Amino acid sequence: MSDPRIKPVVMPKWGLSMKEGKVTSWLVEDGKTINVGDQILEIETDKIAGALEAQDGGILRRRVGVPDATYSVKALIGVIAPPEVSDAEVDAYVAAYVTPPPDEGDEESGPSYEWADVGAGKIRYAKRGDKGDPLILIHGFGGDLDNWLFNIDALGEVATVYALDLPGHGQSSKTMAKPSLKSMTSALAEFMDAAGIASAHLVGHSMGGAIAMQMAIDHPSRVKTMTLINSGGLGEEIGSYVKDYVAAEGRRDLKPVLETLFADKSLVSRQLVDDVLKYKRLDGVQPFLSSLAETIFGGGRQKDAPGKALGGAASKALVIWGAGDEVIPPAHAQNLPGAKVHVIEGAGHMVFMEKASEVNALIKSHIAG
Amino acid sequence: MARNISMRQAINEALDQEMARDSSVFLMGEDIAGGAGGEGEMDAWGGPLGVTKGLYHKHPGRVLDTPLSESAFIGAAIGAAACGMRPVAELMFLDFMGVCFDQIYNQAAKFKYMFGGKAETPVVIRAMVGAGFRAAAQHSQMLTPLFTHIPGLKVVCPSNAYDAKGLLIQSIRDNDPVIFCEHKVLYPHESDVPAESYAIPFGEANVTREGRDVSIVTYGMMVHRAMDAAADLAKSGVEAEIIDLRTLSPIDMDTVFDSVERTGRLVCVDEANPRCSIASDVSAAVSQECFKALKAAPRLVTAPHTPVPFSPALEDLYIPSAAQIASAVQKTMAN
Repeated sequence: MSDPRIKPVVMPKWGLSMKEGKVTSWLVEDGKTINVGDQILEIETDKIAGALEAQDGGILRRRVGVPDATYSVKALIGVIAPPEVSDAEVDAYVAAYVTPPPDEGDEESGPSYEWADVGAGKIRYAKRGDKGDPLILIHGFGGDLDNWLFNIDALGEVATVYALDLPGHGQSSKTMAKPSLKSMTSALAEFMDAAGIASAHLVGHSMGGAIAMQMAIDHPSRVKTMTLINSGGLGEEIGSYVKDYVAAEGRRDLKPVLETLFADKSLVSRQLVDDVLKYKRLDGVQPFLSSLAETIFGGGRQKDAPGKALGGAASKALVIWGAGDEVIPPAHAQNLPGAKVHVIEGAGHMVFMEKASEVNALIKSHIAG
Repeated sequence: MARNISMRQAINEALDQEMARDSSVFLMGEDIAGGAGGEGEMDAWGGPLGVTKGLYHKHPGRVLDTPLSESAFIGAAIGAAACGMRPVAELMFLDFMGVCFDQIYNQAAKFKYMFGGKAETPVVIRAMVGAGFRAAAQHSQMLTPLFTHIPGLKVVCPSNAYDAKGLLIQSIRDNDPVIFCEHKVLYPHESDVPAESYAIPFGEANVTREGRDVSIVTYGMMVHRAMDAAADLAKSGVEAEIIDLRTLSPIDMDTVFDSVERTGRLVCVDEANPRCSIASDVSAAVSQECFKALKAAPRLVTAPHTPVPFSPALEDLYIPSAAQIASAVQKTMAN
């Protein structure tokens, strides 16, 4: 078990609710050399399908996970080891492997989510890690904190990460009277007060990016850095996503709308669609979203342009964009003079899900300065 | 915030939240408050299986115990609905609906039509359905097809706690008479249910399992039997898609057609008796609309054309089993 030359490949934990996952198929053969970040196998959970990226480099010696079989989180599904480790030693490692018990904070041992009170009601959030500066993950229009399932743990290694449900979203209160970029930004500031965060690195996706910039304008001292992912607020153009998302009433309407978020359309699972529908059907959500959409994106244009008002604060920003974004034009990535820019091929609006390792590495290096 | 609660609690929560939201909502039925003539909470059974427990105290004056006269109180509920209230009447067992059928199918179901669209009848009639409770032939029937047959009625039959809450809230907010069928065996069945209110629109089936080989169309308790059958079939490489209709009127045939166009095979599972059932209805529609896509004749798995037996051994044989469903699927695969 303790042979440091042998590295296990284990079933990952994607999101707070994941308990098990199904191996769909292997993307590499036994005996191949793999590098950190290589996609090595496809996994399907009840929420999402995706490729597992290698956490360790080396030779893939044993594919333990069998396609179509289901494994609990942290169960052994593969073995990486250098050539000098014998097959017998690999066999012994596999035989002796014991799946560790679930982490503290899992459902059985306590709540996974925490709550903060702000003027707009209750804010649900998750917290990961306890070293380094505070970092706040801000989702986009119609999203929630679970969007960050591939990022929150990785970023928690270097920062104290908070992911929140914005007012009207996820499980936060749906009672904000006049939602706007300004009022959402104020709610974020109140959340920071409630959670005792003086200043933080802000990572915002889409509308969340616009909120991060507005925060840097309204409360410059509270923003250490900004990472703006496929961000709103950097140009006028926007596709029909927001309008279609608000209008979709059933699974059949909603699925094609959610597919515009991803370069790889197969990532939109039945469960993902059902989860969004369940959210949209909560009392108060539909009027909230309609009102927010009209205020921020009325007439099919982005009405707020915080990017233009940032001034020198733009130098605090890293702009990341999925080159295949169908919601906000990737050309907007170039609209923030002074910011660092990374455009990632093969990904759409949800680049932080589709290319999680790359995005996580970019954020880590950006906040390290 | 979602919690794991039973279908019994989910229905109770839907009634509670709608009564809090809308002062025109009230409950009436036999024994739904207390019933034994005593005083206070000790006496509050909350219906024969405890579904309305606690509501009598939370909503004083709005949970009305009625005499044992279905024809009177169902008629009263329909009349109240026609006059602007939103009553939820509990009829205990759907089997008892016979004595008040004129009020339901010839009055409530017809008002909107007979009065040129000017009359609304927003009444919900809740009742228990289904076998497996050792309650014999007069308390165990799956009479969903009887109500589905009648234009002007909406018919709902949830398979889980999440759907039960959202569909009951939709039923109460709907402006037409709704027959809300609760499978008594599913009351303790638990699933994740948001604490907040939410409504699930009528006429939207739920795909509870995706599969490429065969479409199993069902509702109510049979959804669980079909899921068991599908888990079994998967071991032999057969991937079944399962469609939970959720509402029988209106019915979401588009989801069924889409599925059969992909799989080419159909098995309809219905706990009702076979003649003029939901199963035969779905099968007929698919045969007409998807004939070219079908690779095998549709198969029906239903209860036999007999009353529900009192003998537990026979009752277990009467209710369609996972093994029967799997066997029907294998027969369509053989073609």
